[in-house]
Amino acid sequence: MVKKKIRVLICKPGLDGHDRGAMVVARALRDAGMEVIYTGLRQTPEMIAESTLQEDVDIVGLSILSGAHMALVPKIVELIRGQGQKDVGIVLGGIIPDEDVLKLKELGVAEVFGPGTNTQEIIRTVFDLAGVEANDID
Amino acid sequence: MTSTDLILQGDRLALARLLTQIENESPEGLETLGTLYPHTGQAHIVGITGAPGTGKSTLVNQLALHLRKRPMPGEDTPPRVGIVAVDPSSPFSGGAILGDRIRMRDLAGDPGVFIRSMASRGALGGLARATAAVGLALDAAGFHIILIETVGAGQAEVDIASNAHTTVVIEAPSMGDAIQANKAGILEIADIIVVNKADIPGADTTVATLRLSLEMAGSANAHAAVEDRAGGGRENSWEIPVLETVATKGEGMSDLVDKIVAHREYLTTSGGWEIREGKRVRSQMESLLREELVKRFLKGRPDGQFEETVQMVVDRERSPAQAIEDLLRGKKL
Repeated sequence: MVKKKIRVLICKPGLDGHDRGAMVVARALRDAGMEVIYTGLRQTPEMIAESTLQEDVDIVGLSILSGAHMALVPKIVELIRGQGQKDVGIVLGGIIPDEDVLKLKELGVAEVFGPGTNTQEIIRTVFDLAGVEANDID
Repeated sequence: MTSTDLILQGDRLALARLLTQIENESPEGLETLGTLYPHTGQAHIVGITGAPGTGKSTLVNQLALHLRKRPMPGEDTPPRVGIVAVDPSSPFSGGAILGDRIRMRDLAGDPGVFIRSMASRGALGGLARATAAVGLALDAAGFHIILIETVGAGQAEVDIASNAHTTVVIEAPSMGDAIQANKAGILEIADIIVVNKADIPGADTTVATLRLSLEMAGSANAHAAVEDRAGGGRENSWEIPVLETVATKGEGMSDLVDKIVAHREYLTTSGGWEIREGKRVRSQMESLLREELVKRFLKGRPDGQFEETVQMVVDRERSPAQAIEDLLRGKKL
């Protein structure tokens, strides 16, 4: 049996076209030994849920800079949970006001990363959520 | 209900989870695959290979769209299409960025399509070790055509040929001269050659060069043909087409679908299907046997013996071949 590989889906939901942050995070997770599926820009909640299912990922990372997070994220969480993927960790990155962070966490978003977050912190959080020790990864 | 039942009934989450288990070589996954195996053997496995940047993912996207538009001959509904897209793993971190889905967004929302990205996880032949097994699972789950997209291949990543019924090699214009077209390797495994990005100047020359190279191969093969057939080698009566496509605009896709269908027809009527199935299964079994033997052999050695032997070779006390001979004989070092 091969050691567990963490699989992560990195998505840009909605209409904003700024994916530098998503790319930096994808690259950091790759360098930490994870398999990162990047789906590109302008994904609908349905597309994200479908990719989450087909790729059977451990973690979904959403990057939203448009301010539409309260419209998009609840829908994405609902679709992913609704298709039976209760244990997939969902994290969010972007410019998210504090009061929204609380609401999103109540909905089941595991963590929200604001501007200036250290990539090491993101990597650590993903390892924790996937239930894998960093040194278990070969 | 067992995961085998769920998958046979078309449960997509059960299928996705099985694919993960297969990739991780978990015992449950291998057991499920074993019970599914009698349900395999229906799918037409089509390999898509070519150098990085020739447009493989874009072409797979368009090809799947076109396959979903019309039923295959003798069928009432369009085929269900499974896609396995392999991208390379980093040799340093073991991580990977799998970006093939970016080009496949047109397929979202179609329940007749299932896309799975795979990292090569250190395998060098253009596929991952578990790619063949993932293809089998999709076959059992009722996908009629399975498109396997290899990593961006150079000249020698030719594993796809022993894993697919039909191999499509994608070239782009201006990638090399006549000598490149005559070298051994990736062009030799093609059943269909596609010159993609055919709207770029120079495409005509590329097509002409490839056709000329195939003609030369044809006359050289005439001598070897009899021998080849007896030895179960490549069939020689299929004329390898060179097609032009512009995948970003969907141009030439209908022709490509026609040729893929024609190649399947050809294989089933010529007996080539059985020959290729035999070769495919043989090559899979050989590689499984190799891996299993290596694993068992190393398990049976005292702790650290293999590493010590590696060090002796590094120190030039033995050559690699001598060291392996010693290990196999169980000689004390």
